Amino acid sequence: MIIPAEYISLLISIVYTAGVVVFVLLFVLLCNWLERKISAHMQDRLGPMETGGWHGWAQPIADAIKLLLKEDIIPAAADSKLFRIAPYIVFMGSLAGFAVLPFASNLIGTDLNIGVYYVIAVTSIVVIGLLMAGWSSNNKWSLYGAMRSASQMISYEIPVALALLVPVIAAGSMSMNEIVQNQAGGFWNWYVFKTMPFSLIAFIIYFWASLAESNRAPFDLPEAESELVAGYFTEYSGIRFAFFFLAEYSDMFVVSAIAATVFLGGWHAPFPFLSFIPGIVWFVSKAAFLVLVQMWLRWTLPRLRVDQLMHICWKIFLPFSFVNLLLVSLWVVLKG
Amino acid sequence: MNFAPVLLFFAAAFALVLISLILNRLLAPRNPYPLKLTTYECGEEPVGSPWIRFNARFYVIALIFVVFDVEVLFLFPWAVNLKTLGMFAWIEMAVFILILSVGLAYVWAKGDLEWIKPKPDNYLPTQESK
Repeated sequence: MIIPAEYISLLISIVYTAGVVVFVLLFVLLCNWLERKISAHMQDRLGPMETGGWHGWAQPIADAIKLLLKEDIIPAAADSKLFRIAPYIVFMGSLAGFAVLPFASNLIGTDLNIGVYYVIAVTSIVVIGLLMAGWSSNNKWSLYGAMRSASQMISYEIPVALALLVPVIAAGSMSMNEIVQNQAGGFWNWYVFKTMPFSLIAFIIYFWASLAESNRAPFDLPEAESELVAGYFTEYSGIRFAFFFLAEYSDMFVVSAIAATVFLGGWHAPFPFLSFIPGIVWFVSKAAFLVLVQMWLRWTLPRLRVDQLMHICWKIFLPFSFVNLLLVSLWVVLKG
Repeated sequence: MNFAPVLLFFAAAFALVLISLILNRLLAPRNPYPLKLTTYECGEEPVGSPWIRFNARFYVIALIFVVFDVEVLFLFPWAVNLKTLGMFAWIEMAVFILILSVGLAYVWAKGDLEWIKPKPDNYLPTQESK
């Protein structure tokens, strides 16, 4: 029996996609446990210790099963259709970002020639889902949360895009794989160090702005539990809530993985003699490191106010990233 | 360019949500009653409708965002080809960014980037404030 080549490549893609989904689920479970442990230890507590025996390792699994077995409640006053659609859109926007992440030189969903652009486009689909969730809940907290998150995410999208342009200029390409390939040969070739100090500024702007884009502390105003009671997902419970949660954690990974790809050399080893270790190990550990930094920041910094948030975006990040972009492009042009 | 895997990722996300919801429907108890289905408002009876006209500050932010997002759109092809286009393209883009920076400076000076817009200098209290 002869199987046509396109079926084989389709089959490989399906297997790869399924693999990524499993990776995301495992990553979220691990992150959930880790975040609880980190927050606990930072606050001089122990965190979950019982479930599963060793330091409560099975706690996130128990929680996932609990969420799956919970009754699905849709408030009578809610717009039922939009309420049901919202988790789909939020999770789809979040998972679609994984399609262009190069886990290793040949481990990539599809190497689009507009990779960076695609990621920016796809991650902002999440905003639509959040607005839907907030509006359809017919709840005042949710509406506030949705409005805040929409204004925050669209504001911070601009510094994120401008910061990502810096490695795009340096590589002369938007393909994720090509950008990584251009950073071969040791950490001094990574774009974060390449055109000092501009690329370092771009990296810092990207990281901070992407925290705001993925609604993480100190920019977690949309879901500020102490004032908005979880914001746009106040009315969501059980398995529907689980998907907002899942999307938030997979967003954390996407954001960190993009930073690892375009600024920190992707799957390349920091020193050439370490390149016998497979690329996927380097890629995941770089991304995981940035995820850890995000957790660390969350439990260290207090939450901002809405006006401070807008102030930072429009009056600090935006002018800085424009000047930075002009200087780095001038540098590249002059160097030839 | 192979966009099929992108579609696969969307389909996988959709399928995962759908399968979990079906599993939930099969496994979870279903016992809704009116009190359970009320809108959450810290235990109080909900007052008024949340579907109202919302603070215009968010609208202004959205307008400014559109301007700059379109600008970023133009920057991407320029960034990819900058090395081959050279100095001329850099000067052109610098002029373009400068023009938009004037817009940002105008919005900034008018106080539209402040969360609470300051009152103009010639502001006089009207009848209602007396």
